[in-house]
Amino acid sequence: MNAPPVFETRDLHFRYEGTPQPALDGISLGVRSGSLYAVIGPNGSGKSTLLKLLLGVLNAGNGSVRYSGRPVADWSRRAMAQRVGVVPQGEESVFPISVREMVGMGRYPHLGMLGRPMSQDREAVDEAMRRCDVIDLADRPISRLSGGERQRVLIARALAQRPSTLVLDEPTVSLDIRHEMEIFELLAELTTVDGVTVVLVTHHLNLAARYADRLLLLDRGVAVAEGPPGEVLTRDTIERVYEWSVVVNAHPGPGRDAGAPQIIPLAGEDVRT
Amino acid sequence: MTTRSLSRLLFLAIVSIAVLLASVTIGAADLPLRGVFDALTGAGDETTRTIVLDLRLPRAVLALLVGGALGLAGAVFQALLRNPLAEPWVLGVSGGAAVGAVAAVVLGWNLAAPWSIPLAALAGALLAILLVLRIATHAARGLDTRVLILAGLVVAAFFNAVIQLLLTFSSGETFRSAVFWMMGSLAAASWTSVVVVMAYLLPAMAALLVMARPLNLLAVGEETALYLGTRVERVKLASYLIASLLVAATVAVSGIIGFVGLIVPHAIRLLWGSDHQLLLPASVLLGGGFLLAADTAARTVAAPAELPLGVITALVGVPLFVVLLTRRAV
Repeated sequence: MNAPPVFETRDLHFRYEGTPQPALDGISLGVRSGSLYAVIGPNGSGKSTLLKLLLGVLNAGNGSVRYSGRPVADWSRRAMAQRVGVVPQGEESVFPISVREMVGMGRYPHLGMLGRPMSQDREAVDEAMRRCDVIDLADRPISRLSGGERQRVLIARALAQRPSTLVLDEPTVSLDIRHEMEIFELLAELTTVDGVTVVLVTHHLNLAARYADRLLLLDRGVAVAEGPPGEVLTRDTIERVYEWSVVVNAHPGPGRDAGAPQIIPLAGEDVRT
Repeated sequence: MTTRSLSRLLFLAIVSIAVLLASVTIGAADLPLRGVFDALTGAGDETTRTIVLDLRLPRAVLALLVGGALGLAGAVFQALLRNPLAEPWVLGVSGGAAVGAVAAVVLGWNLAAPWSIPLAALAGALLAILLVLRIATHAARGLDTRVLILAGLVVAAFFNAVIQLLLTFSSGETFRSAVFWMMGSLAAASWTSVVVVMAYLLPAMAALLVMARPLNLLAVGEETALYLGTRVERVKLASYLIASLLVAATVAVSGIIGFVGLIVPHAIRLLWGSDHQLLLPASVLLGGGFLLAADTAARTVAAPAELPLGVITALVGVPLFVVLLTRRAV
């Protein structure tokens, strides 16, 4: 397998204008095609900044970020959108639009400004709504949905793009257990069955440990650890980065992910490291 | 475009044509529909032909164009600024236009040349657009729409002060004609003004109509628009400039007509949703039909006196809109 990594960064540095501290300091990573790659780390560690750099929304210059072997800056927005579906953190339409309209926007990169939607476009929209369990909500206005339903609509919109790469920024915030697990199961299915590459920012260390092929742990813009969950999520590393005492147990099973490291933060007065 | 959207647009187009026909028959001399048709096809008597072809038809066509432009510009500004309260005048274009017009009146240019008011208004509107754009792009990198609103507000406030200053030093009669101009009127319509306006309005409208999908995305959010393949900065700048110039062009021929650009897009949204692929053309048609109906009322209700057009659009528009709003909210 000599295909280039889907996303690749080499010694990536980025500093927001007017701030002394770099937001990202020397990140190198490679996301393999068809894998599920999770970026974890405390608040403000640079996770969302990294995503924006990968997607070419922020520009680090000098070609230090590549998508499919080409510098992201060389990709047009439309060509990128035909390949990469993105689920950003909550953006709200100011006007009432329906679920179907919102998901339908996922076809815009393929249609351009004036292209007529064909049956394949409608199928992509329907299929995406079905997979995210929002097809029954198709005609409801987005504003009347619960937080979890809204999140699933955004994922459906990204799936309607029929992307080869899916990027999600904390997609399961405010979801209940069932819907959260359904999202992770869906992401797993997308990688294993459909061959989609998934890059995910999440605070759910335990779910990341069970579903991701590789993890990147960021702390204050620096990559503390990168590798399979078992190597990244050690008690030592977690306590140092999150400044809280934890124990790490193996997931007892049953399930194919039995043995994955599971972190339990300790309670009590003397646990702060 | 779905069949349902097309039939809705067709419906609005038919309504507009019906209003057009009605408008041409009603007036100081009521004409039979038959006579109007004769005049339109070149037959009929001389007087009817003059009234229809030289007086009423150009005014009616101008009303359709101006109303359509205001409805469209309102819809575009609401999406661009992500603000339901946005309307064509929110970014200071009206303030600039009013300064130009009032200056022309106060300085007496209008007595020397009748075209000086529209030209001065247009110049003022363009000045306002340039000022707002400069302030907005200077204050933030790229075109930050929140800064754009603020820039529009302060420019409008500044021009307002200038107008009041000018009016303070003007006579009662000058004051009256300046205020009357600011309430908008289509009384000066002629085929010349129709052609001049159309030459700009039609391409500008076409350019905005093809931006329906990018505007759909912008209304959701700029980040979303980027991720779904839009060149956001380019769309924002293009839609801002084209819509502003569209509004400036209407100022030159009809003064400042309020309210059409605010309620027409909202009425369409309440009835048929917020998809700009339908919203934009529907706002053109409803805006045109509504302004034509309002203008017909303005010139007939208190004939031979003419009521200010802006007064009618608000007096009739507000109750209609409130009915729509409350009925829908239930």
